[in-house]
Amino acid sequence: MKIKVVGILLALIPLSINCSLAQVKKAQHRPVSGTSVLRGKIVYTSVCLPCHMADGGGVQNLNPPLVKTSYVLGDKTTLIKIVLNGFNEDVEINGNTYSNAMTPHDDLKDQQIADVLTYVRSSFGNKASAVKATEVAKVRATNKKA
Amino acid sequence: MKRKTTIAFCLSVIVAVGLQSFKIEKKGTIKHKGDLVNAGLTLPDNFSANIIADNLGSARHLVVTPQGDIYVHLDRPKDGKGIVVLHDNGDKAAIKTSFGAFGGTGIRIKNGYLYASSDRDVYRFKLNSNNEVIDPEHPEKVVGNLVTKRGHRPKAIALDDNGNLYVNIGAYSNICSEFDPEKKGCPILDSAGGIWRFKTDKLNQKQSDGVRFATGLRNVVGLDWNQEDNQLFVMQHGRDALHDLFPKYYTVQQSALLPAECMYALKEGDNAGWPYLYYDDVKHKKMMGPEYGGDGEKEADAKYIDPVAAYPGHLAPDGLLFYTGNQFPEKYKNGAFIAFHGSWNRAPEPQAGYFVVFQPFKNGKPDGKWEVFADGFAGTPEQAAAGRAEHRPCGLAQGADGSLYVSDDSKGTIYKITYKK
Ligand code: HEC
Repeated sequence: MKIKVVGILLALIPLSINCSLAQVKKAQHRPVSGTSVLRGKIVYTSVCLPCHMADGGGVQNLNPPLVKTSYVLGDKTTLIKIVLNGFNEDVEINGNTYSNAMTPHDDLKDQQIADVLTYVRSSFGNKASAVKATEVAKVRATNKKA
Repeated sequence: MKRKTTIAFCLSVIVAVGLQSFKIEKKGTIKHKGDLVNAGLTLPDNFSANIIADNLGSARHLVVTPQGDIYVHLDRPKDGKGIVVLHDNGDKAAIKTSFGAFGGTGIRIKNGYLYASSDRDVYRFKLNSNNEVIDPEHPEKVVGNLVTKRGHRPKAIALDDNGNLYVNIGAYSNICSEFDPEKKGCPILDSAGGIWRFKTDKLNQKQSDGVRFATGLRNVVGLDWNQEDNQLFVMQHGRDALHDLFPKYYTVQQSALLPAECMYALKEGDNAGWPYLYYDDVKHKKMMGPEYGGDGEKEADAKYIDPVAAYPGHLAPDGLLFYTGNQFPEKYKNGAFIAFHGSWNRAPEPQAGYFVVFQPFKNGKPDGKWEVFADGFAGTPEQAAAGRAEHRPCGLAQGADGSLYVSDDSKGTIYKITYKK
């Protein structure tokens, strides 16, 4: 029994390199993605909400919504890069263009980026898989330096 | 057993009927929105508002002719046409025609021409004696190839009485930090972040043919020529994100209210100081911007001009009109109406704006406190606070009989506001 718990703990640790042991312990009581979502909401509120709004609906003509867009639901590498490098291109997002500029957020830790994207991908009507800190670390390692 | 099912059946019928009537009622209010008292707006006593047109698209600025035609400029063309012409029949306006292959914001009439801007060019169309466009397919290009990059693209325009055209060329940045990392001076001000002056009757001018009339203005959408004072007045959209960028100097609450949205009276050569300063309407001072050494307390260099009036932060003034009509009471004469499009950069604090303000004037200068003139465009207070407004006031125009017209670029609604003693 005891061995099993330790085993689970050990198995969880590599999944969340930047996580403190306390957070890993907590993770036993809730699904891992659940806590990631909760932490992600905190990151979202302080970093992304001023532009993308509390409901993820964005701002008409300025900041795009994060509701079921191809970026939010699509390729995780592209998505992680948007947060690391910012985004300032003339692209159509769900049929509209947005004129504001998204600044880079590479000062956020791998775990914070994973959490905030996991939160976004499971909120505002989105249903997509979690983003892991290891995935962020991988993208960051090969990401072009600005 | 039987009784239970009967009760359950009855309950479900009641619920269904209840839902049904709710649905009908809800549908009804939406359908007959124009029949709401004052079109859902709150106004001072003896004023009333009517929705005279609806669902036009992204209705930006507008002008009304003495014959009662209304030219509305759409930000994005609808069915390939960027200018819609309505005819005002009193309580309702009918669509007469539409033309112009370009979307945009600016639109004005002067000396037999209709001037309209895309985000890159300014065109003019010759008018007949009834102020109807003679050849809608072939406008003349007055100015071409203006700077238009990401952000603050709309080229709002104004005209004076001496054959000059004033064009806003907004800064394509919030606060220039990405273009001025070493703080040597914002390099984009040479070609943006100001008002340029051109000739109304010279065709195919380039930006370099114009004069940079005033600089240090981040972005202007509402502007108007003041006939009493013979001067250009502009409303600047102030910078965003004081807290997000400088949390050690500004709280979330301060950042929601700062900086003030400012009204400037411009003379040639004026510099309003963006991005080096912002205006604090509580301290009544020009403050040094935090990107350039400010800390929320240090004042800015006095060489920059002062605003002539200031309003709470982020309300986004998109329309400015000096009222010269005779219909409204005396106090409105030569005063300014300002359409505040409404905020977004106040989150997580409640959003605000979505109203038309009246600013009293005396001898061509603001005189006394501004007041909210027409409110309720957003819908409920909750919709306003969440930034999910139904309607967003943008353009203002005055009819020949002194009625005030307000456009909404969210749903494409045109409101007509009248006064009756
Ligand atoms: C300064 C405002 C701002 C902030 C802060 C901001 N964004 Fe953005 N974001 C934008 C804008 C503007 C775009 C679109 C840029 C374009 O069209 O080129 C965008 C685009 C995106 C996109 C791709 C388009 C879409 O709608 O799916 C995603 C995903 C995204 N942002 C996520 C985030 C996340 C997550 C955060 C917080 C870590 C964040 N943004 C913070 C302004 C912002």
